[in-house]
Amino acid sequence: MAGWNLMTNIIKHPRLLSVLQRITVHVQPAYWTRFKKTAEVGIKSIHAHGLRSLLTVLGIVIGVAAVISMLAVSEGASFEAQQQFRALGSNNIIVKSVKPASLEASSSNSGRPQAIAYGLTYEDILTIQETIPGISNVIPSRIIKKDVRHLGRDVSTDVVGTTVDYPASRNYSLRSGRFFSEEEMLGQRNVAVISDEVARALFPMTDPLGESIRMDGNYYNIVGVMEPEAYSNLGRSQAGSSNAAPTRIFIPLSAARYRFGETLVRQASSGVEMETVELHEAIIQVQDQEQVEAVGQIIEQILERRHRRVDYAVEVPLALIRQAEESALRDQIVAGAIAGISLLVGGIGIMNIMLASVTERTREIGIRRALGARKKNIVQQFLIEAVILSGVGGLIGVAIGILIPVIISIFWGMTTIVTVTAPLLAFSISALIGVVFGIYPSVRAANMDPVEALRHA
Amino acid sequence: MNNQTISAASSHLVQPALSRQSVARVQDITKTYHMGELAMQVLHGISLDFYLGDYISIMGPSGCGKSTLMNILGCLDQPTSGRYFLGDKDTSKMNDNELSAIRGARLGFIFQSYNLIPQLTVLENIELPLFYQGHPEHQSRQIATELAARVGLGDRLQHRPFELSGGQQQRVAIARALSNDPLVILADEPTGNLDSKSGAEILNLFDELHQQGKTLIMVTHSDELAERSQRQIRLRDGRVESDDQHH
Ligand SMILES: Nc1ncnc2c1ncn2[C@@H]1O[C@H](COP(=O)(O)OP(=O)(O)OP(=O)(O)O)[C@@H](O)[C@H]1O
Ligand SMILES: [Mg+2]
Repeated sequence: MAGWNLMTNIIKHPRLLSVLQRITVHVQPAYWTRFKKTAEVGIKSIHAHGLRSLLTVLGIVIGVAAVISMLAVSEGASFEAQQQFRALGSNNIIVKSVKPASLEASSSNSGRPQAIAYGLTYEDILTIQETIPGISNVIPSRIIKKDVRHLGRDVSTDVVGTTVDYPASRNYSLRSGRFFSEEEMLGQRNVAVISDEVARALFPMTDPLGESIRMDGNYYNIVGVMEPEAYSNLGRSQAGSSNAAPTRIFIPLSAARYRFGETLVRQASSGVEMETVELHEAIIQVQDQEQVEAVGQIIEQILERRHRRVDYAVEVPLALIRQAEESALRDQIVAGAIAGISLLVGGIGIMNIMLASVTERTREIGIRRALGARKKNIVQQFLIEAVILSGVGGLIGVAIGILIPVIISIFWGMTTIVTVTAPLLAFSISALIGVVFGIYPSVRAANMDPVEALRHA
Repeated sequence: MNNQTISAASSHLVQPALSRQSVARVQDITKTYHMGELAMQVLHGISLDFYLGDYISIMGPSGCGKSTLMNILGCLDQPTSGRYFLGDKDTSKMNDNELSAIRGARLGFIFQSYNLIPQLTVLENIELPLFYQGHPEHQSRQIATELAARVGLGDRLQHRPFELSGGQQQRVAIARALSNDPLVILADEPTGNLDSKSGAEILNLFDELHQQGKTLIMVTHSDELAERSQRQIRLRDGRVESDDQHH
């Protein structure tokens, strides 16, 4: 009720009226006066049945609010997904090693430790690079889980052995220092670029540049610190990494090979486990964005031919972006359908209340007709009332619909985007609903016989 | 502005013999209601002439057709046959829009049950006929304020009908009937719902209006009330039984 009073007070607010007046300076003043009066009467009679009117427009309110907030959430999710996939690079194809499920079982059965080999090989990458035209660059990497120490501190990280082009391929930038160089790569040098998280964990007070960190008894000189990743959840590696924040260290691939070899020894519940993986991941850059998806398919075919098992995965960010767009469109269609249904329900509610109002005010209609009102005036009066009802419902709906995404963002940390078109569209549709569903009751009111109407109790 | 027209009309009254100007004339009108197969003739050929400045009462037993006649005179209904001239206009062939327009321009209604619009204030109720006539707002506000004062409700302008007594409501209705400066004022049992004191106040107002030259047609059941008018028409079974004029 209080909210309703507020809304009707807003409509009755003199400033709003004066704004409307200014808008309509070119409309005939007498016509405008009459419209304003009619609207005033409409507002009064809506006001007189505050609770009933509020319940009536609830359908519209819910419909409009639902549509706006659903669209905001879907738009936000789609935007977020697209950002993530874009961060992976829309010209990139990412090939990953995946440990097949069948290997997991057989390895635990065997009594003595046995190295299990799977995943991408240098051969694979070479074949891909040589067979497929239009590939501009391939950035292979090995990802190994290691504890890294500095003085008394240590942190568990993903050590990424990769090539010099890695940051460029993923649009990562450095906060300070530099990435390792071609010479350091060739020389298998012990240099490291650490992620922001590692820097904060190991060097909370000091500048990490120039310092050394220790892994497996070897020291690595820190030459750079990466910028924190904005969209990191999909960017981080899945091979041998947890889902924690990307504490990562980048070292030359050559050094990683030289220091850690290709076989990893891991302490598992069933005993010692050994895995041989040549490469955990490779980013394949395609020159022409148009070709990305086609190249992705060819890579799939090549890998299918070269591998006995599916121990790899091919990700095409561009395809994922497209999927995100498609799913956003699907969400919009669903939102549209819900909007349609609830606005229809809202419209029927309005028609219902208008019919009740017409019956209730039969005598008033008779009086007005006796005092000179034409049928047209009566139609206008009830139509304006229906439009005000649905319009106010629409306004409340827009307000709630804009508020809900804000709340969702604050409490669930989801990205939500309210576009300009969503509230505008929802509001205009709600006003239109008022017209459409107000016509029948209004015409019915106008067609009453004045004598009969005056006799009505 | 309203007062000017009233005083202009009053000057006619000074020489009634010269200005027996007809404002409303029914010629042999009949009205038949159809209820399914059944046809019921309520008015059986009524011919009457009403003159400017007349104060007329219509009497007769219940069901004789008084209200039916009043509805036709008020252009709310049309006769089954016969003609009705309001001023210089033949209303018999008018369509709904024209009838609405002529009601708004030339007629004032006073009903037994007041018939004020509950959500509007006294002032807004009085203005209503002017609103449909498309009068400028400030002008109708001024007219309505003057009329409210004239019926003794100058201090009740912003009240709602339900905040007023029956007699006060009927006075608002009278002010409303006067606001468009009508040719004829029609009152169907205007004191029917009132106690004798409030009724007397209403009739005093009617006397005033009559003195100011307004044309008044009133339906009443009471001989005593009818005595105050200058012409009494009696209906019986849809026919004019008697038509007495005295000054
Ligand atoms: N719409 C209608 N349909 C059918 N019959 C009607 C209709 N309106 C009036 N009548 C009939 O016409 C007759 C005259 O009605 P009317 O209302 O004119 O009487 P009245 O003289 O005003 O009576 P009262 O003094 O009781 O008001 C009545 O018999 C009534 O039943
Ligand atoms: Mg009657």
